[in-house]
Amino acid sequence: MPPEAAAGVGSGEIAIEVLRYRSDTDSRPVPQTYRVPFTYDMSVLQGLQYIKDHLDGTLSFRWSCRMAICGSCGMMIGAEPKLACMTFLRDYHPGPLRIEPLAHFPIERDLVVTVGGFVKKIESIYPYLIPKTPRRLDEGEYLQTPMQLAQYESFSDCINCMLCYAACPQFGENPDFIGPGAMALLQRYNGDSRDGAQATRMELVNTDNGAWSCTAVGYCSEVCPKQVDPANAVNQNKTKSALDFFLRFLGRRAHSGGTASDGDAP
Amino acid sequence: MNGPRPYLRPADTLWWARRPYRAYTLREATGIAVAGYALVLLAGLISLANGEGAYDVWLNYLKSPWSLALHLLFLIAMIAHVCTWFQIMPKTMPRLVIGGRIVPQNRITTAGLAVAVAAFIVILLVAEWMQP
Repeated sequence: MPPEAAAGVGSGEIAIEVLRYRSDTDSRPVPQTYRVPFTYDMSVLQGLQYIKDHLDGTLSFRWSCRMAICGSCGMMIGAEPKLACMTFLRDYHPGPLRIEPLAHFPIERDLVVTVGGFVKKIESIYPYLIPKTPRRLDEGEYLQTPMQLAQYESFSDCINCMLCYAACPQFGENPDFIGPGAMALLQRYNGDSRDGAQATRMELVNTDNGAWSCTAVGYCSEVCPKQVDPANAVNQNKTKSALDFFLRFLGRRAHSGGTASDGDAP
Repeated sequence: MNGPRPYLRPADTLWWARRPYRAYTLREATGIAVAGYALVLLAGLISLANGEGAYDVWLNYLKSPWSLALHLLFLIAMIAHVCTWFQIMPKTMPRLVIGGRIVPQNRITTAGLAVAVAAFIVILLVAEWMQP
């Protein structure tokens, strides 16, 4: 137990103000305040669970794993996009702590937002390996060096929590922007030395709703709970998209992921 | 009322003026100062093409207090522009691998800033050396 916890510091009661929206009765979202007792080790998610169990069973929010891997409990906590399970109530004592659904997304109910648009974007980027040279089973596995893996590894750590979308003002302005999360996943495949579908995915990158909707604000990478660095995925694709544009005139396409010299696996 | 009725909150049109986006807005605004300084240099070039008289007018204008204040503002904005430029640079490139290891992003920023400072010192030395 940390000394602060032993001394009783960082426990007590906190006012939590939740932005509520009950689509069957509310015409617009309204804040509702709850007084929640908390201890040093309680997460914001546990605070919400306390409300649901003891104060108001009608409060709706998504959660599953409680350990920052499922990506369900993303919400605006004190106006910042955060995972409720990764954020501690003690840091907001004495409150009031304001909790809202993820910014820029339509609200289904209370803290539950519509994810359909995001799922469609994920589906649109061909989120699977399309081998450069298909191999038969008896030819063995597709090999890759650790350095080839390092080119895209962080982009494969995305848990689809959508915090980066709530952090992105350009997504707020243009809901059709493919956005940081889906672009990170796109780069996860385009940067993979075993993949051969870069040209197909570049057609998505090259559009107004692709990389060029981004203005390099960079807040998406700051709020990412998994250090995926989506800003890097989007912005390195601007360079690739520009190359693609100019190499067209030379009758070539710049569609190699990672570094061109990577080539095939050894 | 049946079925889901999603509520879309109105967009905040002043997001760029608020935290945490204010730093980004200021970063982008330093670009205006860079363009402003380019215009001052362009005016000097045009004056030079118009003969010695016009060039002296431009030189005298540069010595005015108003111009010195403007240049101080340009200098501050330019330094901020250079720093933020190299902070963003690692985001715009593929993972850099040297000697089998990924180079951390802050190392790339530091290297860029070091080159910028070195270039600045070289320019000052050359200017000093070229003085009549």
